[in-house]
Amino acid sequence: MLSEQERKEIEAHARHYPNNRAVCIEALKIVQQHRGWVSNEGIADVAEALQMKPAELESVATFYNMIFRKPVGKHVILLCDSVSCWIMGYERLRQHLGDRLGIRPGQTTADGRFTLLPNVCLGACDHAPVMMVDDAHYQDLDPARIDQILASYQQEEEKSTDGNTADA
Amino acid sequence: METPLTHNISPGREPPDLAQYEKAGGYGALRKALGMAPAEIQAAVKESNLRGRGGAGFPTAQKWSFVPMGDDAPRPKYLVCNADEMEPGTFKDRMLLEGDPHQLIEGIIISAYAIQADVAYVFLRWAYKLAARRVERAIVEAYRHGYLGKNILGSAYSLEMHLHVSAGRYICGEETALLNALEGKRANPRAKPPYPQVSGLWGKPTIVNSVETLCNVPHIVKQGAEWFRSLSRSDDGGTKLYGASGRVKNPGLWELPMGTPLREILEEHAGGMRDGYQFRGVLPGGASTDFVTAEHLDVAMDFDSVQKAGSRLGTGTMIILDDKTCPVGMLLNLEHFFAQESCGWCTPCWSGLSWIEQILQDMEEGRGRASDLELLESHTRLLGPGHTFCALAPGAAEPLQSGLKYFRDDFERHIHEKRCPWSPT
Repeated sequence: MLSEQERKEIEAHARHYPNNRAVCIEALKIVQQHRGWVSNEGIADVAEALQMKPAELESVATFYNMIFRKPVGKHVILLCDSVSCWIMGYERLRQHLGDRLGIRPGQTTADGRFTLLPNVCLGACDHAPVMMVDDAHYQDLDPARIDQILASYQQEEEKSTDGNTADA
Repeated sequence: METPLTHNISPGREPPDLAQYEKAGGYGALRKALGMAPAEIQAAVKESNLRGRGGAGFPTAQKWSFVPMGDDAPRPKYLVCNADEMEPGTFKDRMLLEGDPHQLIEGIIISAYAIQADVAYVFLRWAYKLAARRVERAIVEAYRHGYLGKNILGSAYSLEMHLHVSAGRYICGEETALLNALEGKRANPRAKPPYPQVSGLWGKPTIVNSVETLCNVPHIVKQGAEWFRSLSRSDDGGTKLYGASGRVKNPGLWELPMGTPLREILEEHAGGMRDGYQFRGVLPGGASTDFVTAEHLDVAMDFDSVQKAGSRLGTGTMIILDDKTCPVGMLLNLEHFFAQESCGWCTPCWSGLSWIEQILQDMEEGRGRASDLELLESHTRLLGPGHTFCALAPGAAEPLQSGLKYFRDDFERHIHEKRCPWSPT
């Protein structure tokens, strides 16, 4: 069942369209934001709320690149694999990120912290190569910069863990 | 040189809020437009020679003219701003969305008024998070100050506007696929006719215009068609956002007169090639355009001139190929993108593009055969215009057909040497 919060958010968007079906992509994104990904249960919940057939909603969910039908890590890294980034060193960065994280594109680290996904043009070709981590864009990348970025996420998590310990 | 589109934009700075936008003259064009008849606005845009900036270059006013008008027209009517911008190498609309969202909103309202639309959607690509926040904030501000909603500025005209953030898929940029996406469906293109202007979103009359096209409209209304035409160095009116990426000294975006020569953009604005690299070719308007080479550097970057040179102006954002980058590898990257992003609706597209990708992959890995060149050439013909449901596959064929023409020696070297000559052994 959708949570109260999920339901409220979906209803707010549904007002922008003349029928329920049109809000289904936004509804999938809302469920994903709250649950991390869209499971079969998530499909069933949204389908029920919008009075759609689950199979019909499934066909929409699997069409769009940014609806995750498998669990992803705490942070999703989208490395731009489009032509300008490719010219400016995408393959070297993919190799470097994979080595640092110990995973290949499409995989999640064993500790569940990072998922690495190749992604089509992130729209910052003049600053290629680029990537996004969650909602943040990072531009003009090289291996050293990637190490800094990964370290910053590590530090942030350590701070958050320390904070939790102190609170406890 | 006048730069109306980017006048309010300073990189790294917050966009003007509503008060700042108004102080700079913003929404003045809307006030003027509401005192004009919709037909007068359509006439001004027609006279301005504004051609759509999304890539195809269709005359904007002509597109609008197909919308049924008058009391008997089906309602509601829709205007959709195409802010999907997912073509590799294209990054221009992002500057307008992030840098001056009120300019876009004013352009949408005036354009919606010109076709008497009741509802407008901004269809924005998923990855543009900052743009989403800024456009949403600007829409809220515009509602608060009476520029949107019922009886705009006390007139008889009402318009609702909503932001729709997509979930990522290149085909959503195709006009009819975008309409399916807005309706909450898989973004497969629709058969035409009927054209969206007559039967679009939910079967109602709908205009889809790109971000840059719509941003031009307030300036045409405010300063007139003659002024707009005078900005250009060609028959197409106005300025153009040109961009360059790849191994140039100063990759970026510039608002320049429409028809500025390619050489001037590459050498003066992009700063020429980086030290140690030579120019070999350029995709002049994004990933779905044909390569042009050094012999075409003096071409004027407008729709007709680039077409005469064998390519398309497309989005005007150029991807430069240098002498240390493998052209076959670059084409493999491009065709991988198109194969991956094919919606799967028609067989020539999903099957043909995957086949092309596989041939190029084999070539890069030393398994190329002499017959591959003929096979690739036949694919560019079979996936050309008229053989597929929409323009995705013909777009994918463009860089390949020109790559085979201009870089044939590089393909042959891959086949004869049974390896990629650019890869370390």
